[in-house]
Amino acid sequence: MQVGKASIKFEEPPVIESMASIVGKKEGEGPLGKLFDVVEQDDMFGADTWEKAESALQKQTADLAIEKGDVRKKDIRYLFAGDLLGQLIATSFGTVDLEIPLFGLFGACSTMGEALNLGSMTVAAGYADKVMAMASSHFATAEKQFRFPLGYGSQRPSSSSWTVTGCGAVILTKHRKEGIAAITGITTGRMVDMGIKDSMNMGAAMAPAAFHTIQQNFDDFNVDENYYDKIITGDLGQVGRTILLDFMKNKGHDLETIHTDCGIEIFDPDSQDTHAGGSGCGCAASTLCSYILPKIKDGTWKRVLFVPTGALLSTVSFNEGETIPGIAHGVMIEHIDN
Amino acid sequence: MEFVKAFLVGGAICAVVQVVMDNTKLMPGRIMVLLVVIGSILGALGIYQPFSDWAGAGATVPLLGFGNSLWKGVLKSMGEDGFLGVFKGGFTASAVGISGALIFGYLGSIIFKPKMKS
Amino acid sequence: MEVNKKAYEAYVKEVTPVNKKLPNIIKAFLVGGIICTIGQICTTLIMNQGVEKDTASAWTTLILIAASVILTGLNIYPKITKFGGAGALVPITGFANSVVAPAVEFKAEGQVFGIGCKIFTIAGPVILYGILSSWILGVIAYVLKAFGIV
Repeated sequence: MQVGKASIKFEEPPVIESMASIVGKKEGEGPLGKLFDVVEQDDMFGADTWEKAESALQKQTADLAIEKGDVRKKDIRYLFAGDLLGQLIATSFGTVDLEIPLFGLFGACSTMGEALNLGSMTVAAGYADKVMAMASSHFATAEKQFRFPLGYGSQRPSSSSWTVTGCGAVILTKHRKEGIAAITGITTGRMVDMGIKDSMNMGAAMAPAAFHTIQQNFDDFNVDENYYDKIITGDLGQVGRTILLDFMKNKGHDLETIHTDCGIEIFDPDSQDTHAGGSGCGCAASTLCSYILPKIKDGTWKRVLFVPTGALLSTVSFNEGETIPGIAHGVMIEHIDN
Repeated sequence: MEFVKAFLVGGAICAVVQVVMDNTKLMPGRIMVLLVVIGSILGALGIYQPFSDWAGAGATVPLLGFGNSLWKGVLKSMGEDGFLGVFKGGFTASAVGISGALIFGYLGSIIFKPKMKS
Repeated sequence: MEVNKKAYEAYVKEVTPVNKKLPNIIKAFLVGGIICTIGQICTTLIMNQGVEKDTASAWTTLILIAASVILTGLNIYPKITKFGGAGALVPITGFANSVVAPAVEFKAEGQVFGIGCKIFTIAGPVILYGILSSWILGVIAYVLKAFGIV
């Protein structure tokens, strides 16, 4: 059912029936380290280039989600997946062997939110019984594409983030009484451009988008922060969180205690030197599938608004002096009472 | 003494550039370009060479010195070949640095593999 | 959006933590100073062999470049830059690092379009603008000389 301006409420909420997360070594050493399904010690994932490594990461994660859910591959009707690389090469090469009809998505670091939005719409509408949503990022491919070659020395400002090497995948299935969690509604974000040009401060570029989507969600569903146990953004980092909380406070919403951010959760900035936090599609996706969903499943949190955030820039737009617009997609995830 | 001078002068140049970087958010690529251009201007104004004679490696090792040697090359070739020398001198003077970086860089790329940052 | 972009920019500046300035400057000073001192040691040792100063400087440049290439390959130079910032960027070793790093990284994309093109991604502008600026200065000097001004 369409609600408000940008939201959908699912009368028969699609259910997350399987999840998988695989991350790299550094993520495995972080605070969430024990929660991931697999921590791969080899940053190359057995491949000989970084791009192939990220593809291998996607393939392994998809296979694991299928295996954990005890689902037959051919029963998954659509795959909604994406990564950060130009022309989505990590996804397109990584998912060849899956032989699942693919929608390749680019939402920068918000891709997992976009995939869950589209996936749950597809399932809820009855166009598929099962779909998979997946997103990945790899520190080396992202660094190489957006910043500098790895061997090049540079100092990162304290507002910069660290691209997560990781992938998260979930299998959504049509409404039923058991599963990990249910997706009860979505709020799709729109582009928000506040004129930020500093690519080393993505949190500031994305925070207004997260604010806009959360506010839109509150308006559309006529709820406020008390409706949720947690509101979890994707990769705003410390700077972005500060801005989001300030913006929300101006609107009379106190998110101090219920807000957290995957980018803040996944690394320990003091011991891991990651500055403002983690980023990349894999940040929100792997945190969702290791930390957030299990907590919803066991009832610690009954209702979560998951808001992956993305900064939509390319090296071309950046070099041409363009600003960095942001986007954020909201997904309402709820505990299933058995 | 010359070592102390090199340390202090080289360190001071780097410290000044660090201040510029931290206050302007200029990317390292732009910083390097600026240094070389400024070096050749200071050279042309007749400032850098006396400074360099005094400070030794403290002035020649930073990229400012690279810019100065480009200018020195242009000036020298201009004396020998006239206007054609203006086109010749820069590369002649920087030949060792550029060839060295390219050749060793290439050899490095054959030997080494990309490594992950931690 | 109720906040305009200018106000937002100022606000972001306010909430974004700045890098610790003084420690960074001291570290840049130390690292830059040490690299230049190593350069001076090389030059002095070579000059002690009876080599003239300019030639000794050229040898020093080569030695520093080679050292930087090796340290980059061993993943040590990025750590030095991370610590020393401008101290590792400003010396010729930083230039060498900017040449070898993309060459290693883009080797996977082939000899010509990988190493060949990308080796210049960071160093190319330095070479271009260095040559261009010294050429412009040369032209000015040539003209001034022709008119007998200098």
